[in-house]
Amino acid sequence: MEYILLIISAVLVNNVVLVQFLGICPFLGVSSKIETSLGMGVAVVFVMSLANLVTYLIQNYVLVPLHIEFMQTISFIFVIAFLVQVVEIILKKTAPPLYQALGIYLPLITTNCAVLGIAILAVQKDFNLIMSVIYAASIAVGFTLAMILLAGIREQLALSETPKGMKGFPISLVTAGLLSMAFMGFSGIV
Amino acid sequence: MGNLRYLTNGLLRENPTFVLVLGTCPTLAVTTAGINGLGMGAATTFVLVCSNMLISALKNFIPDKVRIAAFIVIIAAFVTIVDLVMKAYVPDLYKSLGIFIPLIVVNCIILGRAEAFAQKNKVMPAVLDGLGMGLGFTLAITLLASIREVLGNGSIFNIKLVGENASTILLFILPPGAFVTYGFLIAIMNRLKIKFNI
Amino acid sequence: MANKLESTLPNMILSLVTIGVVMAASLGFVYIKTKGPIDEAAAKKELDAIQQVLPEFNSDPANGLIEKDGVIIYQVSKDNQPVGFAIKSYTEKGFSGHIEIMAGFLPDGKIYKVTVLEHKETPGLGAKMTEPKFCDQFSGKNPENFVLKVKKDGGNVDAITASTISSRAFCDALQRAFDTMKEVTDSIADN
Repeated sequence: MEYILLIISAVLVNNVVLVQFLGICPFLGVSSKIETSLGMGVAVVFVMSLANLVTYLIQNYVLVPLHIEFMQTISFIFVIAFLVQVVEIILKKTAPPLYQALGIYLPLITTNCAVLGIAILAVQKDFNLIMSVIYAASIAVGFTLAMILLAGIREQLALSETPKGMKGFPISLVTAGLLSMAFMGFSGIV
Repeated sequence: MGNLRYLTNGLLRENPTFVLVLGTCPTLAVTTAGINGLGMGAATTFVLVCSNMLISALKNFIPDKVRIAAFIVIIAAFVTIVDLVMKAYVPDLYKSLGIFIPLIVVNCIILGRAEAFAQKNKVMPAVLDGLGMGLGFTLAITLLASIREVLGNGSIFNIKLVGENASTILLFILPPGAFVTYGFLIAIMNRLKIKFNI
Repeated sequence: MANKLESTLPNMILSLVTIGVVMAASLGFVYIKTKGPIDEAAAKKELDAIQQVLPEFNSDPANGLIEKDGVIIYQVSKDNQPVGFAIKSYTEKGFSGHIEIMAGFLPDGKIYKVTVLEHKETPGLGAKMTEPKFCDQFSGKNPENFVLKVKKDGGNVDAITASTISSRAFCDALQRAFDTMKEVTDSIADN
């Protein structure tokens, strides 16, 4: 039961992009088409789950025992950068078409503040290993959901007339704001 | 003098927040009050200047293949320094900014300037570039934060502007308000750019 | 570019390791230098909160502090006469999760004052729990006969308009503070 609440909270109530403001750069950058959003989303689910797993181990078996918690930022981001490299290499070998489709977005996952942010938050919330990984996966699903929603709207927007100053980022941001308002309706469920 | 251009570039022409649209996460998240915007801007500027300076100084010592890893280690170290210093000397601001202080390390502005500028230029221009970008970011998010604070909380830098029971447009302090205000500010800046041909 | 180090394996390792070691060392240095001020700032914050919720005292709260199940009880006195208990309590039932409060109880069990230390409640709604309009209603009440539940749930507490969940959470934290204090004082009395 606890897990279900955790998942609902992570995907909807505390949606990483629309409520917690993490992962905005790729959210705005990749969401012009539904397909790329989905591809990016899948990659993020994978990377975030793995990242939370590894950072949990580092926090509890290296940083805390050695009393070097202040090395958290450096070690976490290093691990994430390393993981993204590994995922890139694996994808290139096992699923070349997906690798091609993601293109430059894959290395950009390193600077996706959601990955580092959620890794740090999971430590702050004192999750155990399983909850940390489930949390990360759910958050990434919420991220994908938000991106697909925005992409759906943006695909329609591209076909209509937008005022000159609002073209591009401004209209995407305002749309995201409306989406965020809609998601506010989820508060209080959990 | 040629160098001054590096400074003013980040303020207006290539303002990271309104023109390059980088570092959007802290821009939306911490701009609930003017003081938060200012604090985050100052912290980010510090890291930006230090990392640009060090990376430029070490540019011949860092082999190309490991440059991103090296940049990340340098930036992360400076971010942790800022984190510790803020925790010690401005604990309330530290609490307000929360998780976004360590997240400065993945602020695309910093890695972006390191990659695009610092590793290709001498130390002085790199420092000025960092300073210019940092100040541009700080001014932009402080502006955004002040607007949200005035409309959503009826105060500016914690000085109350309206009466005890006055209603404020709460939405501006909440997430939707962040998105919408930012969007409109970019739109306004776009129009100004076209008008004044910047 | 002039003389950039080539990307050979030994060079890459040398470069990364040197940078890593130097940055880590500088970081360690700053950590040691800031540890003192960080602990001091935290202690001062705690002291300020305790002073806010109790009448004047001149003992050191750190003496004889008791920690039980995540709740911290400070006993303070003035010129060796007990002034009261400052209890740092929490709840996870807030609208947005974790809320921390500091509640000051007089020796007779009456609440002197309550203040909110940490919360992430919605501005304009649950966040109003920090305002005197809400927190002052607890001053002078004794939880033995002032039921710490919102009126909707049959208690005596006036909830914040449209923020029942936050109000309930606050009561939960306050009840926890009172219950823990009772447990501790009862066990002291028994001994």
